[in-house]
Amino acid sequence: MLKAVFVREMRLAQRRPAQALGGLLFFVLVGSLFPLALGPDSALLQQIAPGVVWVAALLALLLGQHQLFEGELADGSLEQWALAATPLWLLVGMKVAAQWLIAAVPLLLAAPVLGWQYGMTADAVGVLLAALALGTPSLSLLAALGAALTLGLRGQLLLALVVLPLSIPILIFGSHAVTQASLGLSAAPALNLLGACLCLALLATPWAIAQALRLALE
Amino acid sequence: MEPTAWADLSLAVSGWGCVRNGRVLLRELSFELGAGQLLVLKGRNGAGKSTLLRSLAGLMPWRAGRLAWAGQTLAPSAAPYQQQLAYLSHQAGMNDALTALENLRFALALQDQAWNAAHVARTLATLGLQDLGARPFGRLSQGQRRRLGLARVVLSDRPLWLLDEPDNALDDEGALCLADMLRAHCAAGGLAVVATHRGLALAEGLASTLDLSNLPTLNTPPEAAC
Repeated sequence: MLKAVFVREMRLAQRRPAQALGGLLFFVLVGSLFPLALGPDSALLQQIAPGVVWVAALLALLLGQHQLFEGELADGSLEQWALAATPLWLLVGMKVAAQWLIAAVPLLLAAPVLGWQYGMTADAVGVLLAALALGTPSLSLLAALGAALTLGLRGQLLLALVVLPLSIPILIFGSHAVTQASLGLSAAPALNLLGACLCLALLATPWAIAQALRLALE
Repeated sequence: MEPTAWADLSLAVSGWGCVRNGRVLLRELSFELGAGQLLVLKGRNGAGKSTLLRSLAGLMPWRAGRLAWAGQTLAPSAAPYQQQLAYLSHQAGMNDALTALENLRFALALQDQAWNAAHVARTLATLGLQDLGARPFGRLSQGQRRRLGLARVVLSDRPLWLLDEPDNALDDEGALCLADMLRAHCAAGGLAVVATHRGLALAEGLASTLDLSNLPTLNTPPEAAC
């Protein structure tokens, strides 16, 4: 059952690759624009790198997320999901997991390239990957929650207004971990906090997304 | 289908009331359906046919009344009840980018229904869809989409069908096909509530009719939503 949801998402992403890869393109472009705009000051670039990469990742993940459930609502499949034998929160959780694989894993693969562009050390790049791997699932869940809450409303602005404040802790801990690592300090506390955020998101958001979707159906 | 398993099912609705957009749409609505019985919902546009079907499927809140399934009073949003029903809305609930068969396979997986290739092929052939399985859903005509939605309802093997204008966009042959399906479903002991404008090609006596536009209670001015 959950496999069916996963296979369906993968198939849809494969049939519409532009949607799936738009976020990656955005991530790489934004990450590359900062060095061009700021000039070749390597100390400055190293200093701002964690923040820039994290903000770019956050915005790339939010890009297009308002459409996450729009198609399902329009073609009536959301009603079938709500009536399914499997609880809605499980189905939705699986959908977000598949979306994370489609949208966030390419970012993880591209992040080291961006890191080297900013002159990050190998250690810092390793921590950046770990922080992104822990933080992006929470961001995907929050974005899905925003998409469910704003379902049926036009425009992307409201989604950003709902999701961005909630994602601030992840942004802070994520970039803090990378800054610590580039200063040669331990990144473990920040990574632990990112893990705690992920646990909290995993516990609360699938249920909240399911409730928001039921409200949207009424 | 197993007629014996469905023989003692019944759906009883009493005092049913629904509010939509702050307007009382249905009030004091009662009907009873036994195994093998079919209820046809009629009524002008906006009379509340779809609202009634959606509230019976547990997809939207109802304001008053009780629903008993097989003698047991329960909420329409209760999972054991929802797993007994197949609901077909105005849309088929299928994705344009996936093929007809992929959509069907996913819809049946959602309902925890095993994929029986022979049964699926037979049902698709009955509905005249046998050559369209590999075509993307978005490239089917409206009538073909409707037929595929009906195929899902038949294959889901549920005792209670809630169909919202299933004859929409169907040609004459499709309407006959629909009537055959409903007849077979009722013969097996299944129940169905069908909203329609056109009237189903069914023999007299099989279906009872509920006309929502002639409900006496609705002629009173609508109350403010509580």
